[in-house]
Amino acid sequence: MSEAFQNLFELLSFAPVRYAFITGMLIALCSALLGVTLVLKRFSFIGDGLSHVAFGAMSVAAIAGLTNQMLIVLPVTILCAVILLRSGQNSKIKGDASVAIISVTALAFGYMLMNIFPTSSNVSSDVCTTLFGGVSFLSLTKLEVWLCVGLSLVTVAVFVIFYNRIFAVTFDENFAKATGVKTELYNLLIAVVIAVVIVLAMKIVGSLLISALIIFPALSAMRVFKSFRSVTICSAVLSVCTAFIGLVGSILLDTPTGPTIVAAEAIAFVIFWIIGAVKGGKKK
Amino acid sequence: MAQLKVNNVTLGYEGGAILSRLSFEVNGGDYLAIVGENGSGKSTLMKTLLGLLKPIEGEIIFGDALCKNEIGYLPQQTVVQRDFPASVKEVVLSGCLSNGRFHPFYNKADKARAAANMERMGITEFKDRSYRELSGGQQQRVLLARALCATEKILLLDEPVSGLDPKVTLEMYELIKQLNKEGVTIIMISHDIAAAVKYADHILHLGSKVFSGTVEAYVKSDFGKLFLREEDAQ
Repeated sequence: MSEAFQNLFELLSFAPVRYAFITGMLIALCSALLGVTLVLKRFSFIGDGLSHVAFGAMSVAAIAGLTNQMLIVLPVTILCAVILLRSGQNSKIKGDASVAIISVTALAFGYMLMNIFPTSSNVSSDVCTTLFGGVSFLSLTKLEVWLCVGLSLVTVAVFVIFYNRIFAVTFDENFAKATGVKTELYNLLIAVVIAVVIVLAMKIVGSLLISALIIFPALSAMRVFKSFRSVTICSAVLSVCTAFIGLVGSILLDTPTGPTIVAAEAIAFVIFWIIGAVKGGKKK
Repeated sequence: MAQLKVNNVTLGYEGGAILSRLSFEVNGGDYLAIVGENGSGKSTLMKTLLGLLKPIEGEIIFGDALCKNEIGYLPQQTVVQRDFPASVKEVVLSGCLSNGRFHPFYNKADKARAAANMERMGITEFKDRSYRELSGGQQQRVLLARALCATEKILLLDEPVSGLDPKVTLEMYELIKQLNKEGVTIIMISHDIAAAVKYADHILHLGSKVFSGTVEAYVKSDFGKLFLREEDAQ
């Protein structure tokens, strides 16, 4: 084991590994903050849907031979996020169904296009990396890391500044709207931020497992804590910790990063669930 | 001038009119009960008054220096709220967002207003408890306190007693009456005509025929007699 830890410290001295830790934990922080709102708004699966959209956009960008894929992926994902969150309450196709439609369509077209116009000799390995994250995060460029740091800071700042309004819109959209809070604006804001976070997170956990980053911390925190603020704070702290544990674990156990982080979050959820059950049991 | 004037308004969704050519007035300090069967347009009318829906035709005029945003609202509970992790204090404070100016955080005045309204509703002792752990009646008091943080002038209540047991229902009606006596204009949607006649001073009865006027006139009218007799028979 001590050998493994020595390996870990050695690895941490490499810049790409440090980058991976920084971006991984920042993304975990952002997705956990937004996760609370999304879970409560019954949009748990929006992460899944949007990441599939991003996957589709990414394959189009790859085929078009763009070097900076973000240029296509980010706007397309933001657009879909806006459409999905806006149609939320009063649409003819209900939220969960529209998320499902957009997500499977994008996934299908993305994979199809990748097979029709293969950009490398090994399509299935490419796809696997995009879906499960793989080791591609070690190939993060300096630009991507800075982009990630910058956007994370913006996300956290937006969340703190608009915290009270986000609470109001999440708890009771109609009341907020009736009392003059610009709910459309905040829904739009949430949609844009969530799209950005998802595009960033795809590099680390891949597009199939992104939902875990969004849902698990919020759900775990809700088992134990009872006010919105404590749930949000707990969710953020927990998410950063599990991301760190998952990253370390993936190096020590030599497992793929994305699934390891998700496994860590799943275990944390079970622990919180038990704590919540014990606490609740005592009260009764 | 009337606090709220509904002038020849036609309501509905996407072209399908539910109510046409409706007119009534609400003056400061009034207690108006809106009654009618399911589907008669009560909730649609409320949404329109709140500005969530646009009327198809006609206009709604706010008088007495009442801004559109100065309407307090007690909605029916949504599924989302039932297991929402929020403390009572957080919910009540969220009513303070309506004052127009943009502050990222609540200031002292907001907090004082929230504390005063929690005291008024008798929920100060629960202020750090979780909203989802409270009983139905306590949750309604929390939402009332929030609505009062948004305004002191006019409250719209959407079925304020639905799902409450008889004892709590009575307490709730008394509480609303008390607020009305303190000068808050009340507009209440209800399908409990007996209670509406007992507590309110004006009735708006929606349906195939529309009645609008004072309670006395309503009780004396053939229209009111018919509905009150039906209630008795049940």
